[in-house]
Amino acid sequence: MTNLVWLLLSLALATAPHLGRLPLWVGPICLVMGLWRLGIMRSNGTLPRKWLLILIAFAAIAGIFAHYHTLLGRDAGVALLVVMIALKLMEMKTLRDTMVVIFLSYFLVITHFFYSQSIPTALYLLLVVLLTTATMIGYSYPQERFPSRPRLRLAGTMLLQAIPLMLVLFVFFPRVGPLWGLPKDAYSGTTGLSDSMSPGAISQLIRSDAVAFRVRFDDTPPDNSQRYWRGPVLWDYDGRTWSTQRKPPSGKAQFLPLGQSFSYTITLEPHNQRWLFALDLPAEFPPGSSASADFQILALRPLHQRIRYSLTSYPAYRLGDNLSDETWERALHLPDGNPRTMQLAAQWRTSLDSPRTIALQALKMFREEKFFYTLNPPLLGEQAVDDFLFGSRRGFCEHYASSFVFLMRAAGIPARVVTGYQGGDPNPMSDYMIVRQSDAHAWAEIWLDGEGWVRIDPTAAVSPSRIESGIASALPAAELPPALVQLDAEWLMRMRLSWDLFNNNWNQWVLGYDQERQKRFLSGFHHGLGSWQNMSIAMIGSITMLLSGIAIWMFWRTSRQGIDPVLAIYLRFCTKLASKGIVRAPGEGPVDFAVRASRFRPDLARQISLITRLYVSLRYGQRHSARLPRFRKAVQHFKT
Amino acid sequence: MAQKLIQHVIDQASQVILGKDMQIRLALTCLLARGHLLIEDLPGVGKTTLAHVLAKMLGLDFQRIQFTSDLLPADILGVSVYDRDSASFKFHPGPIFAQMILADEINRATPKAQSALLEAMEEHQVTAEGVTRQLPEPFFVIATQNPSYQIGTFPLPESQLDRFLMRIELGYPDAKAERALLQGKDRRELLAQLQPSLAPQELAALQQDAMQVFVSDALLDYIQALVHFTRQSPRFQNGLSPRAGLALLHAAQAWAFSDGRKEVLPEDVQAILPSVAGHRLRPGTEFTGESGTALAQYLLTSVSVP
Repeated sequence: MTNLVWLLLSLALATAPHLGRLPLWVGPICLVMGLWRLGIMRSNGTLPRKWLLILIAFAAIAGIFAHYHTLLGRDAGVALLVVMIALKLMEMKTLRDTMVVIFLSYFLVITHFFYSQSIPTALYLLLVVLLTTATMIGYSYPQERFPSRPRLRLAGTMLLQAIPLMLVLFVFFPRVGPLWGLPKDAYSGTTGLSDSMSPGAISQLIRSDAVAFRVRFDDTPPDNSQRYWRGPVLWDYDGRTWSTQRKPPSGKAQFLPLGQSFSYTITLEPHNQRWLFALDLPAEFPPGSSASADFQILALRPLHQRIRYSLTSYPAYRLGDNLSDETWERALHLPDGNPRTMQLAAQWRTSLDSPRTIALQALKMFREEKFFYTLNPPLLGEQAVDDFLFGSRRGFCEHYASSFVFLMRAAGIPARVVTGYQGGDPNPMSDYMIVRQSDAHAWAEIWLDGEGWVRIDPTAAVSPSRIESGIASALPAAELPPALVQLDAEWLMRMRLSWDLFNNNWNQWVLGYDQERQKRFLSGFHHGLGSWQNMSIAMIGSITMLLSGIAIWMFWRTSRQGIDPVLAIYLRFCTKLASKGIVRAPGEGPVDFAVRASRFRPDLARQISLITRLYVSLRYGQRHSARLPRFRKAVQHFKT
Repeated sequence: MAQKLIQHVIDQASQVILGKDMQIRLALTCLLARGHLLIEDLPGVGKTTLAHVLAKMLGLDFQRIQFTSDLLPADILGVSVYDRDSASFKFHPGPIFAQMILADEINRATPKAQSALLEAMEEHQVTAEGVTRQLPEPFFVIATQNPSYQIGTFPLPESQLDRFLMRIELGYPDAKAERALLQGKDRRELLAQLQPSLAPQELAALQQDAMQVFVSDALLDYIQALVHFTRQSPRFQNGLSPRAGLALLHAAQAWAFSDGRKEVLPEDVQAILPSVAGHRLRPGTEFTGESGTALAQYLLTSVSVP
């Protein structure tokens, strides 16, 4: 393979993962440029004219602007970079141009981390870096063809040699927070619960097996049916969608923990919202977060990065003994419509004596009449709750939670919808639990006089197994999204769990090595290491030590045999000449060197000749040690 | 004194073979180091003439064997013929029984005939019909060969190439030498006019003196470094053999001697290395297509002079 083929190949691999994210026309442009360049090389043709390139460049910039309406930001920036590298191929004349392309290619590799920082991405990019390095090696030997295998081997060796440096930089490079703000489109595309719930929202989320968070309990975790991970609490219903239009009720929650407590640490994947999930209900909140009276824990900023926090929760509790008038009103408010449901609620209200029996009656209805739990419910009409309760009767947790809360409000019982996750799979290879998007859930809370807010999960009435053993066992097999299909083969299951364990460690130790972790880790060695100034000093110091260590080792290796004093003096002579730009090639004999040096500096010819003669006789002749002092003196007096 | 003699030989030879002083000197060095010489080049560049000139100048008893595809070992070594007078078989020595053999176009003969010569080269003796006979001393073989891409050749195997101390290429003469050649006298006439410059025993003395040239530890370090490098680098299919190391040393001594020095310098090794190592080096599997000379140059630039 020629160098150009190497270059095109490594560029193609560096670009490939971006293509799906870029405008459709970028891929073909890159392909055309690459093939064009290849054709020029094959046919010994000339590069295209400057004006043509400028034209294409402007057209491409216009195209990118038309697509993104900006040239800044992550996506437009990457598109611009890719197109410009492709164009640079067409004006690659000198070795310098080539090196520019190679360095741009390294830069292109980094941009992939804007989109994914997973292990497969890292491995793939490592491969690309290897190929790019191999390409660079090839161009460093322009006069000859460098065969593929030794080239790759050399590139691999170079990357291996870079590992110590990489480790030092990784550990010490101060994480001072982002040096510049990431473009605001940098975080699109992650999934998670949103601040509203309309029919179908959660059943869409269920289809993803992406990890929502991982949790590690200090002791035995609570039962599956106890593991309600509280997220957004939804108050307001517009007939179709539950949301929290206004700020949730403020003020301090009246919270009384009862019974056993569970302590745990959550590593939450970024979901671009502010919620922090917690086991129902936490006694305290993570630092840097706030909580509303309905126990939604909110971080100060949307979560663009994975975070960890530790909490203690009490599954048994009493919450909100008194309701303010405002909250009371809000928890009962309903939009117009759904007359049949209203009618049913009114009927219950007159026939049944307490709110508690009304709630039980509703659950009984779900349990005893023909309600089905399904991921693919039929579409609901204008009167969504009526349609569901008296028509389709097929629905997912959001349908049940929504209609239950509607019923309760209609019957005059304050109620609200709570969304979050329910369940979680323990990873048997380690002691943590994985909660996936597929564990997303919605349930209800009603307020009962004397009991406060009580959690009621209508889904449990319809499909008890959903709560007791998880979503996968609650749905009919045919409906399971691929992400949830139970893996029959034991080894497949194990592999998936090992992979998650590996991922978890990667997240915790590589990606999760943030400012705070770095500080903690380094302070463990010396408490002063926590500041970024000292980290920089430690980093520079380590690099210096590393490099000087290598230098000393190399020096020691060459001088191990004990360097000949004659040679030492001669090398001093060579150094003196080298300072004037006359450098002896490693394979150059002393006489040849003297001839060459004299040609450069005829004024020194006599001295050079004398020194060389003495050196040759001392080092290669039968020892005339008597001449050594003379030789030493001659070199000492040698002035360039 | 010796240098004058050597210089004289070179001067005389270069009157016949124009513009090839370096090659003449290398050839002479090869003989001083008691090695056999392989001259490889296209037909008509003066291979045979060079061999003739050397034989003549050194005053050696000269035989020429033209190698052809039907040449038999007996054609080289000799054969026993029944003698009626003495009623016994009498050995008729072949052309190999001479001090200097010119094996012309050696790669045109079959491997069988080649090996007959090559055995003699190594052992300085010939075994024919169960009797081992010593060859005369000094004994030199100058073989010429056409580049193996020419039609009808049997390239010498590596083991046999190794027996030649040096391989040199003559190459085309430069414009000036070529003009002189075109204007000058007939080469055969010139050859006939040449007078031997050395007596046979003088040559033996020179050879002995050449091997007395001092070799320092530093120089042995250099030769070892060179040999070691070929054994490690993937550039080379296989490293230089110990025999090749000795060849480097002796050739370098002879070269230094012909230059009139009493010690060997790295430059001497560098001067003879392409000729001594060029035909022994093969490119590694991943570096196919590099000539031995290019490999030798690579070797010299890669190994630093200690």
